[in-house]
Amino acid sequence: MIRIACPYCGLRDHQEFAYVGDASRVRPTDEAGSDAWFDYVYLRDNPRGPHQEYWQHIHGCRAFVKVVRNTLTHEILASGLPDDDLSGVAGET
Amino acid sequence: MFPFRSPEQSYRLPEGGDIDRLAPLAFRFDDRRYIGYQGDTLASALLANGVRLVGRSFKYHRPRGVYSAGPEEPNALVELRGGDRHEPNTRATTIELHAGLEAWSQNRWPNLLLDIMQVTNLASPLLPAGFYYKTFMGMPGWRFYERFIRKAAGLGKPTSAPDPDRYDRMHAFCDVLVVGAGPAGLAAALAAGRSGARVLVLEEGDAPGGRLRAEREALDGVPARDWVDRVVAELGQLPDVTILTRTTGFGYYDGTVIAALERISDHLSEPDPFSVRQRLWHIRASRVVLATGAVERPLVFAGNDRPGVMLAGAARTYVNRFAVRPGNRAAVFANSDDGYRTALDLAGAGVEVRAVIDCRAGGHGALRGRVEELGIDCLDGAAVTATHGYLALTGIEAARLSSDGRSIAGSPRHYSVDLLAVSGGWSPNIHLQGHTGTPPVYDPGIAGFLPGAGPDAAVSAGAAAGAFSLAECLRQGGQAGCDAAGMLGFRCTMPELPATDEPPVGALRPLWRVPGNGKGFVDLQDDVTVADIELAHREGYRSVEHLKRYTTLGMGTDQGRTSNVNGLAIMAEERGVGIPEAGITRFRPPAVPVAIGALAAGDVGQHFAPKRRTPIHDWHEANGAVFDHAGLWLRPQYYLGPGEDQNDMDRAIAREVTTTRSAVGLVDVSTLGKIDIQGSDAAEFLNRVYVNGWKTLPVGRARYGLMQREDGIVFDDGTTSRVGELSYFMTTTTANAGPVMSHLEELLQIHWRDLDVAVASVTEHWGAMALAGPRSREVLARVVDGLDVSNEALPFMGVRDTTVSGLHARVFRISFSGELAYEIAVPADYAQFVWERVVDAGESAGLIPYGTEAMGIMRIEKGHAAGGELDGRTTADDLGMGRMVSSRKFHVGHAMSRREGLTDPNRAMLVGLVPVDSVSRPRAGSILVADPAAQPPVDKLGHVSSSAWLSPNLPHPVAIGFVRGGKDRIGDTVWAMFPMKNETIEVRIVDPVFYDPDGEKLHG
Repeated sequence: MIRIACPYCGLRDHQEFAYVGDASRVRPTDEAGSDAWFDYVYLRDNPRGPHQEYWQHIHGCRAFVKVVRNTLTHEILASGLPDDDLSGVAGET
Repeated sequence: MFPFRSPEQSYRLPEGGDIDRLAPLAFRFDDRRYIGYQGDTLASALLANGVRLVGRSFKYHRPRGVYSAGPEEPNALVELRGGDRHEPNTRATTIELHAGLEAWSQNRWPNLLLDIMQVTNLASPLLPAGFYYKTFMGMPGWRFYERFIRKAAGLGKPTSAPDPDRYDRMHAFCDVLVVGAGPAGLAAALAAGRSGARVLVLEEGDAPGGRLRAEREALDGVPARDWVDRVVAELGQLPDVTILTRTTGFGYYDGTVIAALERISDHLSEPDPFSVRQRLWHIRASRVVLATGAVERPLVFAGNDRPGVMLAGAARTYVNRFAVRPGNRAAVFANSDDGYRTALDLAGAGVEVRAVIDCRAGGHGALRGRVEELGIDCLDGAAVTATHGYLALTGIEAARLSSDGRSIAGSPRHYSVDLLAVSGGWSPNIHLQGHTGTPPVYDPGIAGFLPGAGPDAAVSAGAAAGAFSLAECLRQGGQAGCDAAGMLGFRCTMPELPATDEPPVGALRPLWRVPGNGKGFVDLQDDVTVADIELAHREGYRSVEHLKRYTTLGMGTDQGRTSNVNGLAIMAEERGVGIPEAGITRFRPPAVPVAIGALAAGDVGQHFAPKRRTPIHDWHEANGAVFDHAGLWLRPQYYLGPGEDQNDMDRAIAREVTTTRSAVGLVDVSTLGKIDIQGSDAAEFLNRVYVNGWKTLPVGRARYGLMQREDGIVFDDGTTSRVGELSYFMTTTTANAGPVMSHLEELLQIHWRDLDVAVASVTEHWGAMALAGPRSREVLARVVDGLDVSNEALPFMGVRDTTVSGLHARVFRISFSGELAYEIAVPADYAQFVWERVVDAGESAGLIPYGTEAMGIMRIEKGHAAGGELDGRTTADDLGMGRMVSSRKFHVGHAMSRREGLTDPNRAMLVGLVPVDSVSRPRAGSILVADPAAQPPVDKLGHVSSSAWLSPNLPHPVAIGFVRGGKDRIGDTVWAMFPMKNETIEVRIVDPVFYDPDGEKLHG
């Protein structure tokens, strides 16, 4: 029942969004070795507290929204576009 | 009033109560007829008629009576209503009496008085916690015993008839949500409402007032009900205040969303016409005041479950609100001054009160003296040690406790009573606050748990916050309402609060269990005794969560409202730790039972999921199509001819395949995903998205593309056409239209932001149809406006923009069926018109429409991969398409597809399969094994992925599947096993392309 601020559409119910996953991962270069790709495709941290993640506004503008969510409380601490640096939000490192 | 007093209601007081004596209501319990009044609950009406025995307990089948007067009721669970509205496990204490009400007791056979299963009570020393599982599970006969064990335990029986009622869902927003309209809630609503805030008040009962409806208190010298009426009237005048009665907040969710259930029609025998039974509310509030009150705790002593033992607050409710004497001769057993208050109320109603047994040695409040004045025995430092009677209470024994409360010090004294009112203190209703995840805090002053701090948006007030004096409830409520509105920027002043007439009270003394032998019940609903908790402790189930699961403490429909704190406290005593250390189990929604129908609301039947219809749907419907579901889509499965019915399915499908292969057929492919891709980097984008190369595709050509996921597994396939210099038209499978679109968007929005490419889903913009068969070219020539469709002008994989009857159309020479074929895509609004033009033009060539069955058969005959093959486990190599993967570029899945496990030459690869007997049909999903007689575990060679039920062009059914060794094993035979249907079919491994292996028909 959380709400997420889409940078284009404003504050919307989470039912308009699809969860995508960890936004802190960076897609490896094409030349990167299999370890880097394995890490990217399969390995996820499961942090307690602020977590950067992507949600797609699939029933709205279809933007990929970067969200900082507290995994403990489900509080949405910040949201922005994929390029936005949200790493300073609420102790997120 | 005498003429209206029903002779049966011998326990009804001559006057008083919040009931309408001019509105008598007839009802039936266990098929006997009784009379009650409007305003009664089923429980109060039964008590008014002297019905003490209302049910049998869950495990031991002990006789049980009404124990409470609210939703916390553990005993009086009944089956309500007959027929398709039959509902088990409803609480008699919350069922509002209505004319013609029918209810039955539960868990007894053949009847309530003579319950055969009461032998379990005699055998109860043999039936400790976990008995059935310890004894029977794992024994060879478990499957045999289970039926009897399940029958012996349990609650009411549900109906299997469809629910005849409708349900509703509502979303609401407010500034201040007040849960509970007792004194604290009303004060909060008044404060917030006067400030102009939007206030929503939820009240579980049929009217506001809470405990004020059940007590004899006065406010400003007049009965408290008058104050309630005045406040409710004023709230009714405020434009932004809404009170929902018969509405229970049952869940507190993230983002300050409260879910509530409004029982619109449950107080009627059935909903009014066009009305709903219940309504589910999702309320998004800025601030929440939780004024949910408290429930009284039982005291735990031997025989504390007999019919006639009742919570003291409930006894007062029955006397004061319902004008019912819950007994003729009473004793009260309490650990606080509530005992004296109860004795006075009962005595005032004409009940002969014999004794007040107070476990405290002293420290009484002011009411003690008034009780003594009435000549009632007052026992200090004493406890009830035993009860007598079987189907109803006949007497009790009371004795002095040792000073530490751990043993009996005096000799027992007998009182002959039929009512024992007990009070062990009150536990705040903290369920909603608990849902937010903040742990409750133990408060020794009330010997109970208070809501923990937070979340910021919510505050508890009144009894829910541990304030048990009326004055404090009013003050906290007013303050909470004021603060809530004030924090939202409303100017709020504390409302003037009425004066109360409460006498001073002393502190309570926790008494978690009375020492002694005999069954002392902690959880009445689940039949959990003190001995069960002691056993759990001995066996190591000491954490409260283990205790709960091992003994089932608190796991009934009452969610342990009356039992949790006592159970936890006894475990803490056993462990020798404090109650805060022992902890409390976690609260989870829903706080009260909620019908599945209410949660589903309108999303049932046709409305369970949306239906997607293609733009040509109406034509299909008018021309004999039988529809099948493809995701949300409805697609023609096959078309029945005149005079045919669904028994002719095989004939219809065979006709469609044969006609398409020999002449021409037409199929609706509008459901395929379609994505418009444009931009100067579009070719580069496709090159990275697909495993094969795209830089050389000229305008006016289509190419088959295979897409991988990042993990190297095949994701989807389809054709993409270059329709302009910088413009491409991609198609996806029907199932993956959405996922592929999101995949492309993710790549462009997050990972490849430097690419100049835009994508848009145009699935619904285009209607599409495939025209297939050796005569398809001549039909196409007749519908297009002057386009040269010769093999030279429009070769295989050619794409042309053209017009049909002047309407824009795209023609793609692509084939899924293996025949000479064209796909025609037109703007969706014109799709049916163009379809009809094609049907007309094809009449002389023998054109018929075909459905998904014929399409599936033809693609299997051709060895084309589809959903069964693209199952999220297969690689390009597995599908026999390894050669397509370009080694001269990088694409999504490139790195991971080279993993050891995905390049293992022993992986199962796509092959064709034909039954050796040329008749049997190997089912999709069958497992391929070498030896059908082998004992498990059996080595799996592969599986059947798709099976053509019939193949009119070939002398035998065909299937495709995956087998280890792949095409190296062509010619071998293996066995296709489908154990669920007990099928074993010998199949020969063949090439997956059964039909036109050289593709001459495609290119002709």
